[in-house]
Amino acid sequence: MSTRRVVGPFNRVEGDLEISLDIADGRVAAAYVNSPLYRGFEQILQGKLPADALVLVPRICGICSVAQSAAAALALADATGIVPPRNGRLVGNLTLATENLADHLTHFYLFFMPDFARAEYAGRPWHAAAVERFRATIGSAPNQMLPARARFMQMMGLLAGKWPHTLAVQPGGSTRPLQSSEIFRLHRCLREFHEFLETVSFGTRLEELAAISSRSDLEAWRGRAGGGDLRAFLAIADDLDLWHLGRATDRFMSYGCYQEEDHRLFAAGLWHQGAAAFDVALINEDTTHAWYAAAGLPQHPASGSTLPVAEKQGAYSWCKAPRLGGQVVETGALARQVVAGHPLARDMILGSGASVAARVVARLLELALVLPAMERWLNELRPGEPWCVSAQAADETSGVGLIEAARGSLGHWLTVRRGRIHNYQIIAPTTWNFSPRDSGGQPGALEHALAGLPASVSGPLPPSIHHVVRSFDPCMVCTVH
Amino acid sequence: MNVLWLQSGGCGGCTLSWLGSSQGSLFRLLADEGIELLWHPSVSEAGVDEARELIERCADGRQRVDVLCIEGSLLRGPQGTGGFHRFGGGAQPMIEWVKQIAARAGHVVAVGSCSAWGGITAAGVNPTDACGMQYDGEVAGGLLGPDFHDPGGLPVINVAGCPPHPDWITETLAALAHGSLDAAKLDDLGRPRFYADQLVHHGCPRNEYYEFKASAEKASDQGCLMENLGCKGTQAHADCNQRLWNGEGSCLRGGFACIRCTDPGFEEPGHAFEVTPKVAGIPIGLPADMPKAWFIALAALSKSATPARVRENARADHLVSAPSVKRGKR
Repeated sequence: MSTRRVVGPFNRVEGDLEISLDIADGRVAAAYVNSPLYRGFEQILQGKLPADALVLVPRICGICSVAQSAAAALALADATGIVPPRNGRLVGNLTLATENLADHLTHFYLFFMPDFARAEYAGRPWHAAAVERFRATIGSAPNQMLPARARFMQMMGLLAGKWPHTLAVQPGGSTRPLQSSEIFRLHRCLREFHEFLETVSFGTRLEELAAISSRSDLEAWRGRAGGGDLRAFLAIADDLDLWHLGRATDRFMSYGCYQEEDHRLFAAGLWHQGAAAFDVALINEDTTHAWYAAAGLPQHPASGSTLPVAEKQGAYSWCKAPRLGGQVVETGALARQVVAGHPLARDMILGSGASVAARVVARLLELALVLPAMERWLNELRPGEPWCVSAQAADETSGVGLIEAARGSLGHWLTVRRGRIHNYQIIAPTTWNFSPRDSGGQPGALEHALAGLPASVSGPLPPSIHHVVRSFDPCMVCTVH
Repeated sequence: MNVLWLQSGGCGGCTLSWLGSSQGSLFRLLADEGIELLWHPSVSEAGVDEARELIERCADGRQRVDVLCIEGSLLRGPQGTGGFHRFGGGAQPMIEWVKQIAARAGHVVAVGSCSAWGGITAAGVNPTDACGMQYDGEVAGGLLGPDFHDPGGLPVINVAGCPPHPDWITETLAALAHGSLDAAKLDDLGRPRFYADQLVHHGCPRNEYYEFKASAEKASDQGCLMENLGCKGTQAHADCNQRLWNGEGSCLRGGFACIRCTDPGFEEPGHAFEVTPKVAGIPIGLPADMPKAWFIALAALSKSATPARVRENARADHLVSAPSVKRGKR
């Protein structure tokens, strides 16, 4: 016999989240993840002019705003058959990378680490230091990080006018031509952020962190002098065994991102105990347990629908259940780096699979991997060459935009009829990770990861549940949109 | 002064904009101004049961709330139930929590255009019946009704913008903390006048192009965006080109049109956002307070006087013709 406990609101998850836990014998027997907010962007977009999506979709999410813009721009470019010139492509990469890295930083310092300062951990050897450093809003770390982040985000002022919600990201490139003075200032922003990461976050050179290729190397690195917040986290992770907490299905998906001349910096793919065949045509969205009118069998997003219903037997979330070939996949920085082939990412999931610690380390690793690429992209900009090409979308067309947001794979599927948006379907990273069950009763990734954790029917929720939830860096506003 | 911040039908972008404040750490800034965050969904430690208990105490009056900040539209659907957004952990819709706490709060601040007017969430078919705290688009009313006022007599304070500039939020809260925000400091739509009495046009770096009606024709051109590319900076109430975003940006500096995001109804302009609607070649939306006949006359005159340099640069993505250097007679 299990007892149902409804917990919410989860905070520091960028939006609204509630979880129902069936608890038996002091453990989670089953978890049901509910996204309790519906806004209806896919309905709002119907009938709009295709280009107006560039105003609407970034406003799905204030933290993945550029990622939403970039996916829309890609879908429109696909529908129009245009390719941005080199400068436009590079600025697109830089803008998306700025958002993604800032999000990784925000997640670590503002959303994830404050849980270790909680009173429940009083008595652990690291707790006093965690309170001083990571406590929400008053710790030294958030207060040191925010000015550094703002200085880094000055790049958004230069590249995209403002953040969030820019219109600089266009299907044909960027509206913002950069001259040598702006490029100079962008270099300064990057350089200062580089220094912040090396001195404050990592206590080591980015190259050294990027070159770590296994967990044992990571352990050896941690033992060396240098300080930094990552070392503090690794000590906590060892003490709480966060390497064996929060495993989901260990199927990792990435659409790949950062377009180089003839490839993406991080490749697309699927990883399940090794590289697996990856076909986006096998994506379906199941609405059995979501408050949407049944559309028969699960639909591919290109032909999907979004018709909310107030009441539905068996439904418990506004989130649909996307599946790849019928399977639950996990997406995010860990998945991205596993698929892209970073040796540390692949080693971290060997044996015990994905974990809270692996997800957090992968995000920080990505900071060290992407920043040097940003420096290179800046050097490749050519003032005087074009930044944007224009073209009108055809009256009858369709397009797909697949990219990687900070928290994982983001897809837009667009159909245009008579010059207007006929259908616009979006699957966001957390739609994958925090999906409800499907028609086969298969739990979503977080639901899977929570099963078996210690929990009680009353009293404080164990912090481990908070860690697992936040290890995915959920973005709930994107999830349902 | 304590602040309770709740989010509903929005994207969280107002908070993210706020966290990007260029005035040092936002948390220290708030502490310096005497502002305590009672709870904020993105940054507070307290979660689940503790957060729910706090909100319950705010709603029934056991916890004093000096300022209630609401971010995001208020979702009245489906069929008036508010069921499109339930506050996690219970059955009560968010709009009921907001009404209860607003009735007891010292001041109510609508952060962002969603919370002020309905905003983007109310676009298209408005599937969730979204509205603002005290407006439904341009019409006074919204969730709390046209007659709502706080105990000091102020209406809902609309820090409109999509998103608002971080300083607009902080300055408004600081003014409340210092007791210096009275009705005279709000414009006709309840927006703080310190930013809403300006126009986006003020300080626009494309000013010379505007003066000569030297217009951009396509994205990435340097010219004025008003004639062809949908810019409403000459009508939009905000100080974006004086205060600057993320250190040194603004929509115009980013090369794209001002879409008038501080105004009610901006989400449904009735035309493509990035294309200027015209009648007989004249833009429909004229600069604020400018008679149409004068605009037409002035535009014709300035176009005929446009220097070749300005005309050429307007249609290029970089400077093709530099201002000439004048030398005095030796």
